[in-house]
Amino acid sequence: MSAVVDSHGHGHAHDYGDHHGGYGGIMRWITTTNHKDIGTLYLWFSFLMFCIGGIMAAVIRAELFSPGLQFVDPDFFNQLTTMHGLIMIFGAIMPAFVGFANWQIPMMIGAPDMAFARLNNWSFWLLPFAATLLVVSFLVPGGAPGVGWTMYAPLTVQMGMGMDFTIFAVHLLGMSSILGAINIITTILNLRAPGMTLLRMPLFVWTWLITAYLLLAVMPVLAGAVTMTLTDRHFGTTFFNAAGGGDAVLYQHIFWFFGHPEVYVVALPAFGVISQVIPAFSRKPLFGYASMVYATAAIAILSFIVWAHHMYTTGLPVTGQLFFMYATILIAVPTGVKVFNWVATMWKGSLSFETPMLFAMGFLFMFTLGGFTGLVLSIVPVDIQLQDTYYVVAHFHYVMVAGALFAAFAGIYFWLPKWTGRMYHETLGKIHFWLTLVFFNMIFFVQHFLGLAGMPRRIPDYPLMFETWNKISSLGAFGMGLAQLLFLYIVVKCIRSGAPAPQKPWEGADSLEWTHLPTPVPYHSFETPPVLH
Amino acid sequence: MNLEQANRRLSMRLAVIALGMFGFGFALVPFYNQICAALGVNSLTQRDSISNTQVDASRTVTIELDANARDLPWSFRPLVNHVQVHPGELATVEYEIVNQKSAPVTGQAVPSYGPQFAGEYFRKLECFCFTQQTLAAGETRRIPVTFVVDPKLPGDVNTITLSYTFFEVAGRGGKS
Repeated sequence: MSAVVDSHGHGHAHDYGDHHGGYGGIMRWITTTNHKDIGTLYLWFSFLMFCIGGIMAAVIRAELFSPGLQFVDPDFFNQLTTMHGLIMIFGAIMPAFVGFANWQIPMMIGAPDMAFARLNNWSFWLLPFAATLLVVSFLVPGGAPGVGWTMYAPLTVQMGMGMDFTIFAVHLLGMSSILGAINIITTILNLRAPGMTLLRMPLFVWTWLITAYLLLAVMPVLAGAVTMTLTDRHFGTTFFNAAGGGDAVLYQHIFWFFGHPEVYVVALPAFGVISQVIPAFSRKPLFGYASMVYATAAIAILSFIVWAHHMYTTGLPVTGQLFFMYATILIAVPTGVKVFNWVATMWKGSLSFETPMLFAMGFLFMFTLGGFTGLVLSIVPVDIQLQDTYYVVAHFHYVMVAGALFAAFAGIYFWLPKWTGRMYHETLGKIHFWLTLVFFNMIFFVQHFLGLAGMPRRIPDYPLMFETWNKISSLGAFGMGLAQLLFLYIVVKCIRSGAPAPQKPWEGADSLEWTHLPTPVPYHSFETPPVLH
Repeated sequence: MNLEQANRRLSMRLAVIALGMFGFGFALVPFYNQICAALGVNSLTQRDSISNTQVDASRTVTIELDANARDLPWSFRPLVNHVQVHPGELATVEYEIVNQKSAPVTGQAVPSYGPQFAGEYFRKLECFCFTQQTLAAGETRRIPVTFVVDPKLPGDVNTITLSYTFFEVAGRGGKS
């Protein structure tokens, strides 16, 4: 992007205007069609859900602080693990990256807004209703479903009405994601500024283009799976209900056909954020840009043929186990290409370690560790031993928390100065990083040991021998929760009273929002497309 | 405006992909059944074949018989609780169903085995579970199962539990 020329100049900044549509106050946010407003809504919504899901995690860890049953009964414990998973994945992580997409994609490709501004508003406002359905399900007779976030049949066929709430919530979440994906693809393919060819797009835009296609392909399959569950429950069909010749394993196949690409729906935008942050703080262009694009596409395609590695113990024929094992191991190749490219980007760069870079480095180390435990689990005989133990819990939290969440933090600290026009407090940001990193490892590193020793997941009680590691894990969880209050404080302090940020606070940042737009970015940007060479 | 048309056309195409994938989710159901049939997994209610009928008289395996009817107005029981067979030996056991309802009812039986992997070695040559059973009001019927236990059955298995559960086939009402 270094070849772009600033055709606007800052004297024209007043052309952008700063009006917020026809409404003020709350109606501004309900009726907004501005991609920046909607991005902000997504991000705050995601933070709220992150807190709710985090409180559930804290209760789970409080119960697991000691063996025996202390605070919650097993039924409620199951409801908590279910809702923690659903809320964190569909309520916190996915909306967070859609928030980044809304803020960044139009600015990075030189577009005035998203392609379908009203649809964008609707995509967001479906989410609060879905979240309400999920949370309210705790209050209905029978409580929330205690089936696990994977919603496996036949348990789902037997649950109370909380299950129906969850099914409709998943329908709404799916609809929101599909509409968002259509919007993002159309924006990227049709609204790029002249000269912004596909292979000149920032990598964040590329990862989102591929993610949006993934969403389009798999969210409808999940919608189908929960629809079948719904008709099994109420309309006499027997897709999964063995009482009528249905097959519960069929559900797992359909679910994981969605579920594995879903992992990459979460991970690919995180890769995109990291691919913006690391070059900026290495003061070098991204190493192997084209190979990054192809690796991302390869991961996305491979993600469709590995789903049954979640199901090694369901009685899969050996040939099937071998196929899915090799296919899964194959994914390590494009993922390795990405990791090595990030490392090569830093090689001989003039590095500096501001908070976004710290989170990116944390991502690089921790996500790679999560990838390695994933490789361990991909091996059939090992997985049969470790299936449904805390080793699996540790593995996917390394990928989801140290992967996706760390990337989201990196992105927030990276772009917050651009969005708000104010700098965050650097020292507090660094403290937030170190607290998060230490407490994160305290929670999840020890869970590898618990899993290897045979502690099963989703059980509120455990034998005495697991007590020490569980205590450490629980203490880490409480610390990690408190550290996020510091994050909230840093963000609020930045928005209200941070020092004014320069146009380009990061020396090495080179995408359009840094080089062509003033800080803070105006409410309407690129109403005439920038000229690129 | 040209861009608006291009946007609309692209979004329609993407919406068609989304709808298609929703249908694909449902298409996985018959696809799954076909794959299972082709690979010979999950074939609980299919007729098995056995080639090596050498009787291994040195071993005796106890077959325990269990019978359940779920949400079905039938009484369903085996005539004996257990039989002793040699691996490779052809054996037949009989069950009795009584329809206690004053209307015809159709049911389908599904077998399961304990230990689970023993199912692989339990070859059913004739079974009432291969077809749906329709009983007239108050009818009593004796139904057989003919089977061979494969001599390849692992040596540490001395007992196999064969458990049948009858489910009502909804909506058939004896019209099969």
